[in-house]
Amino acid sequence: MSRLHVVSGKGGTGKTTVAAALALALATEGRRTLLVEVEGRQGIAQLFETEALPYEERKIAVGPASEGGGRRAGGEVHALAIDAERALLDYLQMFYKLGGAGRALKKLGAIDFATTIAPGLRDVLLTGKACEAVRRKDKTGRFLYDAVVMDAPPTGRITRFLNVNDEVAGLAKIGPIHHQAQAVMRVLKSPETAVHMVTLLEEMPVQETADGIAELRAAGIPVGGIVINMTRPALLDNGDLEVAARGARTGIAKALSQAGLGGARRGGLAERLIDPLLEQAREHAERVELERTEHAELKAIGLPTYELELLPEGVDLAGLYRLARDLRKQGPI
Amino acid sequence: MTADDTTLDASAPWLEVDALLDDPRTRIVVCCGSGGVGKTTTAAALGVRAAERGRKAVVLTIDPARRLAQSMGISELDNVPRRVKGVDETAGGELHAMMLDMKRTFDEIVEGHADAERARAILENPFYQSLSAGFAGTQEYMAMEKLGQLRAGDAWDLIIVDTPPSRSALDFLDAPKRLGSFLDGKFIRVLMAPAKVGGRAGMKFLNVGMSMMTGTLSKLMGGQLLRDVQTFVAAMDTMFGGFRTRADATYRLLQAPGTAFLVVAAPERDALREAAYFVERLAAEQMPLAGLVLNRVHGSGAAQLSAERALAAAEALTERAAEEDCAENLEPAGIVDHHNGKADPGTAGSLSPAATAEQEPPTSASAAHLAARLLRLHAERMQVLARERRTRDRFTALHPEVPVTEVAALPGDVHDLAGLRAIGDRLALSRAEADR
Ligand SMILES: Nc1ncnc2c1ncn2[C@@H]1O[C@H](COP(=O)(O)OP(=O)(O)OP(=O)(O)O)[C@@H](O)[C@H]1O
Ligand SMILES: Nc1ncnc2c1ncn2[C@@H]1O[C@H](COP(=O)(O)OP(=O)(O)O)[C@@H](O)[C@H]1O
Ligand SMILES: [Mg+2]
Ligand SMILES: [Mg+2]
Repeated sequence: MSRLHVVSGKGGTGKTTVAAALALALATEGRRTLLVEVEGRQGIAQLFETEALPYEERKIAVGPASEGGGRRAGGEVHALAIDAERALLDYLQMFYKLGGAGRALKKLGAIDFATTIAPGLRDVLLTGKACEAVRRKDKTGRFLYDAVVMDAPPTGRITRFLNVNDEVAGLAKIGPIHHQAQAVMRVLKSPETAVHMVTLLEEMPVQETADGIAELRAAGIPVGGIVINMTRPALLDNGDLEVAARGARTGIAKALSQAGLGGARRGGLAERLIDPLLEQAREHAERVELERTEHAELKAIGLPTYELELLPEGVDLAGLYRLARDLRKQGPI
Repeated sequence: MTADDTTLDASAPWLEVDALLDDPRTRIVVCCGSGGVGKTTTAAALGVRAAERGRKAVVLTIDPARRLAQSMGISELDNVPRRVKGVDETAGGELHAMMLDMKRTFDEIVEGHADAERARAILENPFYQSLSAGFAGTQEYMAMEKLGQLRAGDAWDLIIVDTPPSRSALDFLDAPKRLGSFLDGKFIRVLMAPAKVGGRAGMKFLNVGMSMMTGTLSKLMGGQLLRDVQTFVAAMDTMFGGFRTRADATYRLLQAPGTAFLVVAAPERDALREAAYFVERLAAEQMPLAGLVLNRVHGSGAAQLSAERALAAAEALTERAAEEDCAENLEPAGIVDHHNGKADPGTAGSLSPAATAEQEPPTSASAAHLAARLLRLHAERMQVLARERRTRDRFTALHPEVPVTEVAALPGDVHDLAGLRAIGDRLALSRAEADR
């Protein structure tokens, strides 16, 4: 069982949403999960409808109760927004007791340099903090968190982000940054880690998912599952269109009219509705076909897939719990 | 059409895309917006349209989808514009397109500004290699750089720029400054300190402070990295000031009257929130905003039928059809139309090839099932329309001064010239046409 779940995917496909739902889903009774955010956007706070998260782990939710027989309460979800600058200052403090010098470095632009510009350093700090949380134990020697879920950077940057070791350990060949990078890599390349990809049933996200998985595999980083997000039911398909094409127009017009939607004769409301309704049906059927192709492509990757429906009213807190339950129903992730 | 149709509130001015493209004073169009909203598609579609309307246009794309790049003939990265084949040039225009290669662009700056030996030293420096392969901001910086080059070349009368896929549209404006200020800034001077200020009498005190600093950095980063950075910085010395200056020059170009920003957004909460930030930022920077392109908007030819009415009618039909199904099955054999009964009521059912070969008209029950499905589909569409309209109205209420145009969501992806033309046609619809 992996304990570090890294959630990536093309921008806007629902990484933050899925990461949050997964953290909730994994918080079954007696378990504690940590949801971490690394892009400094306060997406978690927005999603959980709480104030901005500080650089500090805090409990933000209780996992959904388990269903069926003896309903049992859920575990706890904690959250942390990792801030690279704070992580660096803490780190300097820890290793060098740098207090005041840290401020001086900051004034000079050195902290800015290290956290936003220097290649890889920022990623070492972010992944380092997450891995630290994965390995942290309490007084009794048990892991403090049963699982850590990371809302990670998008597909285009994920391999580089997780593969900081090669780059940073290659650039900084000795010193604490080098050791830190190596320690992080040991966790990231172990079976303790699983990278999950969120995608939509659209061409570009699916393509990116396939490319991203190939890249991760090539880098030796363990890939977990594929979450197909925002799926929509197929209301009709090409079969229905064929029926319509075989002269069902009059029948449909009559049916619409019988349902109280105006006259079925030429020029009547029901008759005028047919063309636009059929046009919508054609578009829908085209989309359904496209989705089938993309679905097959995802299946061909050969990883477990999970599906989450499009919530028509958007994702509020209730919706998030619903997605968490849906994930749980689809087996272990 | 009815008053509550899907078109814009009359208070929002309409964005006249053809007028913008045809105006010879328009020299640069920048398409920005948050990720995945259609910036690349819009930029390419504007390029095709401008060229077919007689302009000599070039499109600088950043991350085109593979098939789109192929269809425009720009899938090889050679960092110079290529003429796009298949564009109608009868109006006297032409279209060139290129895909940005950021590393190459960076390398070219180095090669253009340093003698051969120094250039090689920089290009081989490991720190430079990581830097140019892309860390935060390089792509944005290089997009600006390339825009500056294209503009300086003066070979085109219209440049259309796509912007890098970033989480925020604002990055396009901010990132180059961040990189520029690092490359020209204090910190990099500190890193250079041992080489540069060492020895000068008056600098002694400063020098002690700096070597302490570099000592710390050396411990932290490892001596090798620091040395790489220092060699890099020393080699780049001649170019310092250059980066900031260049970024500033491009920034001014973006403020010039010949520039037009188009903010692209999907009619979704997050994308429009981002668009609103961007609009405010452009105003603060005195950069000329042409308008908002609302992309992937849904419409309906049957907007007069509300979601509620459609659903109620669908219910009624499903019930009636269920009754008829029973009745039909009681009729004598031969009249029963078995294959049409196959599609389960309420779900999507495909017909087998054998069944479709027969040309019998569907029974009234199957017509009723089909009608019910059409109505459910319509109800869903109307709900999407209503949601999109709400988000859009929120934007217009905030920024009633921003001209808007809408582009319908095409059912499939856009990856050829025909698709781009279709998007271009939609971009350029007048309000009256869009209302229809
Ligand atoms: N299953 C769903 N049903 C409905 N809406 C959804 C669903 N999943 C995500 N969304 C919505 O889609 C939008 C994008 O989701 P989210 O912010 O999680 O994506 P992301 O991949 O983290 O984006 P970014 O790349 O910008 O970080 C949000 O408005 C979210 O509420
Ligand atoms: N109006 C539209 N209808 C249908 N698909 C579209 C439309 N606009 C964009 N797309 C598709 O959406 C995807 C993302 O578009 P793209 O232009 O690459 O976005 P961006 O450059 O903003 O990231 C592409 O697959 C493109 O084909
Ligand atoms: Mg996110
Ligand atoms: Mg793009």
